[in-house]
Amino acid sequence: MFKRLSMAGMSLPFMATLAHAQEEGSIDKAISDAIAPIINPFVSFIFSPLPGSEAIFGTGFPWIVMWLVIAALVFTLYFGFIQFRGFKHSIELVRGDYLDPNDAGEVTPFQALATALSGTVGLGNIAGVGVAVYLGGPGATFWMILAGLLGMASKFTECILGVHYRNEYEDGTVSGGPMYYLSKGLSEDGKAALGKFLAIFFAICCVGGALGGGNMFQANQSFAQISSLVPFFEGKGWLFGLIMAAVVGFVIIGGIKSIAKVTEKVVPFMAVIYVGAALLIILMNIGSLPAAISAIINGAFAPTAVAGGAVGALIQGFKRAAFSNEAGIGSASIAHSAVQTKHPVTEGYVALLEPFIDTVVICTMTSLVITITGAWVPDSGVTGIALTSKAFTSQFGFFGVVLAIAAVLFAFSTMISWSYYGLKAWTYMFGEGQAKEMVFKLIFCIFIVIGSSLSLGPVIDFSDAMIFAMAIANVIGLYMLMPKVKALLKDYQAKLASGEIKKIK
Amino acid sequence: MNDLYIVGFDGTAQSERAIEYAANRAKKSGASLHVIHVLEWSPYSFHTPEELAERHKRREQELDRASAQVDPMVNELKKSGLTVTSEIRHGNAADILCETAKGKKATQLIIGRTGDSALTLRLLGGLAITLAQVSPVPLTIVP
Repeated sequence: MFKRLSMAGMSLPFMATLAHAQEEGSIDKAISDAIAPIINPFVSFIFSPLPGSEAIFGTGFPWIVMWLVIAALVFTLYFGFIQFRGFKHSIELVRGDYLDPNDAGEVTPFQALATALSGTVGLGNIAGVGVAVYLGGPGATFWMILAGLLGMASKFTECILGVHYRNEYEDGTVSGGPMYYLSKGLSEDGKAALGKFLAIFFAICCVGGALGGGNMFQANQSFAQISSLVPFFEGKGWLFGLIMAAVVGFVIIGGIKSIAKVTEKVVPFMAVIYVGAALLIILMNIGSLPAAISAIINGAFAPTAVAGGAVGALIQGFKRAAFSNEAGIGSASIAHSAVQTKHPVTEGYVALLEPFIDTVVICTMTSLVITITGAWVPDSGVTGIALTSKAFTSQFGFFGVVLAIAAVLFAFSTMISWSYYGLKAWTYMFGEGQAKEMVFKLIFCIFIVIGSSLSLGPVIDFSDAMIFAMAIANVIGLYMLMPKVKALLKDYQAKLASGEIKKIK
Repeated sequence: MNDLYIVGFDGTAQSERAIEYAANRAKKSGASLHVIHVLEWSPYSFHTPEELAERHKRREQELDRASAQVDPMVNELKKSGLTVTSEIRHGNAADILCETAKGKKATQLIIGRTGDSALTLRLLGGLAITLAQVSPVPLTIVP
C-alpha cells in the first residue's frame, strides 16, 4: 500500500508533495541531505528501469517488477496453472469444509487469509490504482488483472514453504517465513551458507521495510490525509504521531484482548465499506458497464492518449499488481505460517486467494469505478487518491471523508502487520526473547512519531527499496526450493485422492 | 435407556446453579449428566499476525483453565453418585449445545440465565434466548 504510492512519487514529482505533505524543516533537510548520498545508489539500483526500456517503450520499466512477474509466470507454468485448477479447492478450504472439529480453537485458514490480506489490502488499492489508470489508461486494468492472476502462483509457493519449514516451539508458538525456509530448505541441499546469507539478507531488508514502508510511510500518509481533513492537526505531525504510536503500541505491546477488539472491527469495517460502495456505484451505472469493459480491453491492446501505447498500459498494470499484492516479496508467508493444518499444501491453496482478492477483485473494482464514472481525464493532473476520490465523490458526495478515514485505517492495519513481519525478522537475527522483542516494538513505535513529524523523503524511498529487495532473496530461494514444493503437492494430491485427507462437511 | 441432561457451564455462579439444579433433578429421576463448557470462538474472527502465531499456545491455556474449573466439579458430582461426563469445546455455545443434544439424544438442556460479567451477560443472555428458539429438546433456563 505504501510502496505503490511512493513508487508513484518517484515517477511523478507532484505525488511527492502528497507523500511528504509537510514543509521540509531544516532538521529534516539536514538529515536527508546527509543520508541521501549513501542510500541513493541502492534505491536507484532497485527501481532502475530495464536497460533500453525507456528508449523502446517510452517509459521506464523497473527490472524488479519484471523479476516478480517472470517469477509468477514460472511458478504458474511449473505448477500447471494451479491457481485455476485449485481455485475451487481453495474456496472449500477457506469455507472450512476440511476443518477437523477437534481443531476448533486453532487458527483457521480463513483467519490466516484475513490477516495476510489486512497487510496487503490498503492504500495501494485506493491510491495506487488511481496512479495506474491515470498513467496507463483503463487498459492498465487488464494487465493488472493478468499479473494478479499470475501472482497467485507465487503466493502458493511461498506460503507452502513457510508452513513446511516453520519453527514450532515448546510453548506452542510458531515462527515461519522466508528466513526459515531459505536457511533450513537450502541447507537440506548442502547449500547452508547460501541459505543463511539469503535469510539474513531477507531479514535485514524486512526490518528496514517494516520500519520504513510499513511504518514511517504509513504514518506520513495518514497524517497527510488527516491534516487535510482536520485543520487542527496541520503542522502538528508529532502530536498525530504520538496518538498513532499510542494506539499501535496499545495493540502490539498492550496484549491480546485489546488486539482482538481493535482489529476484529477495523479490518472488515473498512473492506466492506469500500467494496460495498464500489459495487453500488457499478450497479448505479450498470448501463455504462459494457462500455467500461470494452474500454479496458481496447485500452490493453490499442490505447489512445497513453504514454507508450499498449506497452505503457501493460507496464502500469504490472507495476500496480506487483506492488499491491506483494506476491513474491515473502511477507505474507510470515503471516500464513501460523495456521493449524495437517499438510502445508493446504496453506498454499488458501494463500493463492490473496492476490485474487487484493488485485483481481479490489483493485479492479477501483479501476472500474474510475472508468465507469468517467473520472479519468488524460493529462489532467488528477491522479492517485485524488482520482479515486473524484470518481467516488462524483456518485456519493460525502465519500471523500470516508476515503480519508479508510486510508488511515488501512495504514493502521498495515502497520500492525508489518510490525509483526519486522519483529519476526528481528528475532530471527537477534534471537527470541521478551526483552529483545520489546526493543523492536519500542523502536517501531518511535518510528511512527518520526514518520509523521518529519518528511525524510530519501529514508522512505530507501525503506521501500528494502521491501522490494526482500523479493531478490525470496525469489532466488523459491526457484531453488520449488522442486520440494512440487513433491509436497504430489503427496497432498495423493492423500486427497486416497481419502486420507477428506471433507468433513 | 437412561435420561440424559445436558448442562451448559461457563464458570459463572449462574451456570453453577444450573448444575446444582440439574444434579438435583438427576438424583430424583436417575438421569445422567453431561456438562459442556463452551469457549466462545469463531472460525471467522480477525486476528493480528502475532495472535495467529500464539493461537495454539492460547488454546492450550484456555483448555487447561477450563478443565481446572470443570474437573473438580464433575468429580464432586460423581462422588455424590451421579453418572457425569463432560467436555470442553471451542465454538458457538448455541450451536454446540444443540448439536450435542441432538447427537446424544438428550432428554433436556439446562442452562443458567445470565452470567456475571458484561461479556458473559451478553453471550449467555443471548444464549438463553437463542436456545429457547432453536433447541431441539426441551430447555430449562435456571434463573
